[in-house]
Amino acid sequence: MDLHRRDFFRILGATGLTLAVGKELKAAPGAKASLEFRGVLYDAARCKGCRGCEYDCADANGLPEPLPTKDIKGLRTTDDKHRTVVNEYKTSKGIVYCKMQCMHCNEPACASACLTQAMTKSKDGPVIWREDKCMGCRYCMVSCPFNIPKFEYHSANPKIEKCTMCFETRVKKGELPACVENCPNEALMFGTRRELIQEARRRIFEKPDLYYNQIYGENEAGGTCWLYISPVPFKEIGLNTSVQSASYPALTKGFLYSVPSVFVLAPALLLGIQQATKKDNSTKPQDNE
Amino acid sequence: MNSGHLISADNDGKSIWKFLFRQMKPKGRWLTPFNIISIPIIFLGIGLIVIRFWKGIGAITNLSQDVPWGLWIGFDVVTGVAFAGGAYVITFMVYILNMKKYHSIVRVTVLNGFLAYLFYAGALLLDLGRPWNVINPIIGNNFGVSSVLFLVAWHFLLYMIAQLIEFSPAIAEWLGARRAHKILSGMTLAAVIFGITLSMLHQSGLGALFLMAKEKIHPLWYSEFIPILFLVSSIFAGLSMVIFEGSISQRVFSGQISDKHRNEHHNIIHGLSKICTGAMFAYFFLQLLVLVHGKHWDLLNTPMGHWYLLEMIGFVLVPMVLYFYSYKANNVFLIRLAAILTMLGVILNRLNVTVIGFKWDMAVRYVPSWMEIVVTLTVLFTEIWIFRWVINRLPVLRESPKWVNEDKLTDKPALAKKIQRA
Repeated sequence: MDLHRRDFFRILGATGLTLAVGKELKAAPGAKASLEFRGVLYDAARCKGCRGCEYDCADANGLPEPLPTKDIKGLRTTDDKHRTVVNEYKTSKGIVYCKMQCMHCNEPACASACLTQAMTKSKDGPVIWREDKCMGCRYCMVSCPFNIPKFEYHSANPKIEKCTMCFETRVKKGELPACVENCPNEALMFGTRRELIQEARRRIFEKPDLYYNQIYGENEAGGTCWLYISPVPFKEIGLNTSVQSASYPALTKGFLYSVPSVFVLAPALLLGIQQATKKDNSTKPQDNE
Repeated sequence: MNSGHLISADNDGKSIWKFLFRQMKPKGRWLTPFNIISIPIIFLGIGLIVIRFWKGIGAITNLSQDVPWGLWIGFDVVTGVAFAGGAYVITFMVYILNMKKYHSIVRVTVLNGFLAYLFYAGALLLDLGRPWNVINPIIGNNFGVSSVLFLVAWHFLLYMIAQLIEFSPAIAEWLGARRAHKILSGMTLAAVIFGITLSMLHQSGLGALFLMAKEKIHPLWYSEFIPILFLVSSIFAGLSMVIFEGSISQRVFSGQISDKHRNEHHNIIHGLSKICTGAMFAYFFLQLLVLVHGKHWDLLNTPMGHWYLLEMIGFVLVPMVLYFYSYKANNVFLIRLAAILTMLGVILNRLNVTVIGFKWDMAVRYVPSWMEIVVTLTVLFTEIWIFRWVINRLPVLRESPKWVNEDKLTDKPALAKKIQRA
């Protein structure tokens, strides 16, 4: 079974490579709009755990400087002061690092949960949060399958903190996200989602012994703009492997679609019942008159 | 005589303010046990609310990055709204099914429902980090139409208006506004139909809020059927609240209640116990189907599984049987007991979905802080204060002033003519 899968991905990888080399990207058949999202490919095999990206992120977003490595104990998660963290995992292939930040889903649960559109998916891919719209209900936090949006509980004017892929501050100006630009090991790569998937496949294809044969984020939660490849299965480096492969907003679609029909049918039905039961009464002798 | 009636005679503005001012003054004894307990708690709660807006939500709650919704959402909003479901069920029975028997409890139930929405949805403002933006989804160009919460927020607002219209004849009677009374009474049926539709959608919508938290809620409580389960359970949750509240009102406000209504009350809760039995049977059966459909048998013999069985058997099946038995035996005491058990079961269910089963596998579990509980009690007690204030002044439990019936009778021939012409 495993070999079968590997073969399958090899063929896929080869196809991707041919496409990348042989033709212009635009000529790729059946390219969906969602594939043109910008994203980042994180290669856990290249990351040396220097945590430079954490410092660059804090610097670029005006957040407090992260703790020095010697003071860190155990695994950390992102919080209202840290939009990204790099954790160290002891895995079956030795120590592997994994960077954690918003996955920038193709169909983000947080944005579909947001009743003010404060959390929104930009056309270029990044999921961003807009301060002037948010009412702080934290439904995005309840909905996000990756537990990414974080809330400032100790502020009278609280904000939601999460990675924005440096969309407003850098990407819009044609610059790279802060973490990508400064990564000394080229573990991070910025590009369109399609390019990144092709690049990921190429790397896996060229070094099948180095990589675990899967791209995390290709299908997770309906696909994400942030993609991972790793030397070990993703569970070993703390990635959430219990997320469903369908998109999360799809879970509420059935309910939301039923709303208009209920709004049309229920009042008509109620009025009908009311009229029917009323008629029954009129046949009886009235006690008032 | 009703003072409102006198005012309608010379409604020249000045006297209405005097009248309102007079009505503001407290009535009755001050040193009741309820006042002695509730007043200090309300003041403490107000102090805590000040701290919350000054230092942030984290200053008085145990909410964390992992548990963004706690007691204030799980109990105040989600459970409170389920208990307010009585209003749509009773208005359905009285105005749509024309069950005249239940007419005498419509006003008090609608008032209860309206205040519940006002205060529990109001409690939502305490939980919002940026409450000044709460108008954004209502007036702004920021319609997050793909959000279940957007739907719920709009429905709360619209349903509060519908309930206010349903209740408004009582206000008109209180103020002695005869003309307004006539117009407002005419709007009742439309408000009822609109209100029932809204209720069906937002009672289930509160459940649908949690659909996206698929992996976060314990599988015994998470299913794609949460919305329908929430809707069905709101029927007996609301009616149990009506039974419970009615039984207390009979004692506390006994001076307000006419002999006719007192005699009817027994009959009413007897009928309601039958409806509760039916609704609870449907709910229990649905839960069973969900369990079978989910195939989570192996989870039943875990601590969370035992907790689930306690909820389903102890607080759904047992009160259901008790309702059935007490209906057959016509035993009011047992009906009340069943109502209390059912209400505990609904609290348990809502908290299990929203708080207890939410990230149940986390190392550090969320437990509400005492301050969250005090604020919750503050909201609850303030609501009871307002409820009592209204009951003591408006014709909610007591009979409407005489002119209401006079107006009805004078209207009847005209109405009959209209129907004939049409």
